Amino acid sequence: MIVFKNVTKRYDNGTIAVDDLSLEAPKGRITIFVGPSGCGKTTSLRMINRLIAPTSGSILLDGQPTEAMNLAQLRRKIGYVIQHAGLFPHLNVVQNIATTARLKGIAKKQALLIASELLERVGLDLSFGNRYPWQLSGGQQQRVGVARALASDPEFMLMDEPFSAVDPVVRHQLQEEFLRLQRDIGKTIIMVTHDIDEALKLGDQVAVLRTGGVLAQVASPKELLSNPADSFVADFVGRDRGYRYLSFVDAASSLAVMIEPVVALGTEAAAARIVAKDQWILVVNAAAQPLGWVDLDRQSGPLRESDLNLSGTLASQDHSLRQVLDAALSAPSGRGVIVDAGRVLAGSVRLSDVVAAIQSAKAAGWGGRP
Amino acid sequence: MIPWFTDPQHWNGSDAIGLLIGQHLIYSAAALAIALLIGFPIGLYVGHTRRGVVIVAGTANALRSLPSLGLIVMLVILFGPVFKSDLAYLVPCLIVLVLLAVPPIMTNTYAGIAAVDPASVDAARGMGYSPLGVLLHVELPCALPLIFSGIRSAALQVISTATIAAYVSLGGLGRLIIDGLAQRDYYEMVAGAILVGLLTLAVDLAIALASRLALSRGLVR
Ligand SMILES: Nc1ncnc2c1ncn2[C@@H]1O[C@H](COP(=O)(O)OP(=O)(O)OP(=O)(O)O)[C@@H](O)[C@H]1O
Ligand SMILES: [Mg+2]
Repeated sequence: MIVFKNVTKRYDNGTIAVDDLSLEAPKGRITIFVGPSGCGKTTSLRMINRLIAPTSGSILLDGQPTEAMNLAQLRRKIGYVIQHAGLFPHLNVVQNIATTARLKGIAKKQALLIASELLERVGLDLSFGNRYPWQLSGGQQQRVGVARALASDPEFMLMDEPFSAVDPVVRHQLQEEFLRLQRDIGKTIIMVTHDIDEALKLGDQVAVLRTGGVLAQVASPKELLSNPADSFVADFVGRDRGYRYLSFVDAASSLAVMIEPVVALGTEAAAARIVAKDQWILVVNAAAQPLGWVDLDRQSGPLRESDLNLSGTLASQDHSLRQVLDAALSAPSGRGVIVDAGRVLAGSVRLSDVVAAIQSAKAAGWGGRP
Repeated sequence: MIPWFTDPQHWNGSDAIGLLIGQHLIYSAAALAIALLIGFPIGLYVGHTRRGVVIVAGTANALRSLPSLGLIVMLVILFGPVFKSDLAYLVPCLIVLVLLAVPPIMTNTYAGIAAVDPASVDAARGMGYSPLGVLLHVELPCALPLIFSGIRSAALQVISTATIAAYVSLGGLGRLIIDGLAQRDYYEMVAGAILVGLLTLAVDLAIALASRLALSRGLVR
C-alpha cells in the first residue's frame, strides 16, 4: 500500500504543484491520477520514489515512511515507467529489460533469461530481443519500458502516461494487455494519465486532481460517474458520462439473447433467403465465428467475402451493456452480435431489448459490476 | 621524390625516417594521454553536473586561440634555467601539445554527456542507479561517439603540430622540414610534409576503426 499523508510540494519558484494531498493506493490495485495538464500528477508520482522531495508531509510504503529509506533501495523496490519509455539507446532490448534485474543483484545470465520471458509477456516476439531502441516503434518501446520496470519484480509500479505516445488503436491494445498482465501479477500500481477514458478503463480507483495540485475526488470509476463530488469533477468526467456508465453494468444478467440464423460463405443467395429473418443474413466461418452481414436484397448468386458488411462490432456475453449497446447500434441489421469468449456466435440482441435491459438495470439501481 | 625515399641514407643513422616517426608518435601519444587525463574527467564532471559549463567553454576557446609557436618559444625561455638536459625542451613541447588537445577532448566529452536523452537519465535515476552508476552505465556509454570524435580531432591537431618539437631541437618529423629548410633541401622538406600527412591519415583511420569496434550498434546507425 502507498499512502500520501498531507503531502505538499512547492517548487523553488513558488509554484505549488501539489497541495496537501492525502490518499491511499491499496495493495494489488491500480490507482490512477488524472487531471488537466499542470495539476501536479507527475510531481505526485515522482515524490513517491523521491525523484522529487516533498516540501512537507510524508509518503509511506507499506507503512514505512520513504524519507527514512535508503534512496537506491527505495527506488529498486519500485518499478518506474516514464512517458517516452526512456530506454537506454546503447543496449539492445533484452539488455535494456535486464538492467533492473541486474541492479537488484541478479546474475547476468539469469537476468537475461528473465528479460526474454518478460519480452513475450508484454506481447513482443523473442526476435525483438537483439534489436536496439531506435529500431522499435513508439508502442514497442513502451512495452519494453514496462517490461524493464517489471524485470526486478518490484512490489510497486509507478507509470507516467505510459500509453500516451501511441495512436489510439495501439493504445487500446496496450491497455488490454496491461489489464491482462495485472490480473496475473497483481502489483500495487499508481498510473498517471490525463485521459479520463483511460483512467475509467484501467483504474480500480481514480484520483481526480485539479489545477493547483488539490485532490478533487478519489473514488472507483463507477462512483466517479454516478456521484461526482463537484462540478469540476462532473465536467472533467465528461458530457457523455451517462453513456460511459453503461461500461460498468454487466449485460449477462438482464439481456435476452435470441437465436440468429447463419450461413457459410459460398451459400447461394436464394438459399440464404429461406433461413434469413429479414433482408440481412449473418455469415460465419467453419468454427461458427461471425464474419459479417450480407444484404440479401442486393445479392444474387453465392455469397462471397467481398459481399460482407463489416460495420458491426461484436460483444461478448460477459461484457458491459455499453459494448452490447454498441454492437446493436453498429449492426446493419439492427441486431447486435453476441459471441462467447472464443468468438463463437452465441446469438443476437435487438436494440429495443438492449434499451429495455438498460432501463431495468437503472430501475434496479445499476446492479452488475462493482 | 621517389629517389629521396628509396635512398638508404634516409633510413639509417640519427635522422632515420623510422626513428623520426617513432619520436613523432611518442610526443603525440604522450601529449594525448596527458590531455585525456585532464580533459576527460573535467568533461564528465561538467556534463553530469552541468556545473562550470561557462568556464569550460571559455577556457576551451581561450586555449584554441593560443599561438603554438610563440608559446613554445616563450616556454623554452622560461623553463631553460629550471630544467637540465632535454627536459628543458621536452616539457614546453608537451605543454603546448597538451594545451592543443585538451579543448576538443574536454568539450566533446561534456557535449556528449549533456546530449544524452534526459528520459534515459531520468529512467536510470528512477530505477535506482547511484549518480556514479548513472554516469558509468548510461551517460558515458551514450556519449562515446562524441568522445571518440573529440579524441580523433585532438589526435589530428597534435600530430600535425608536433612538428614544432624540431624548432626547439627535439626530434620528430619536423626535423626533416626544419633541416631541409636550413640546407635548402626541398626534397627533404616535402618528404617531411608528406610523412606528417601520411601519419595523420593512418592515425585517423586507426581511431575511426577503433571507435567502430568499440561503439554499440545502438548508437551508430
Ligand atoms: N522543476 C520545476 N520547477 C518549477 N515548477 C515546476 C517544476 N516542475 C513542474 N513545475 C510546475 O508544477 C506544476 C505541476 O507540474 P506537473 O509536471 O506535476 O504536472 P502534470 O500534472 O504532470 O502535467 P502534465 O499533464 O502536463 O504532464 C506545473 O504548474 C508545473 O509548471
Ligand atoms: Mg506530467
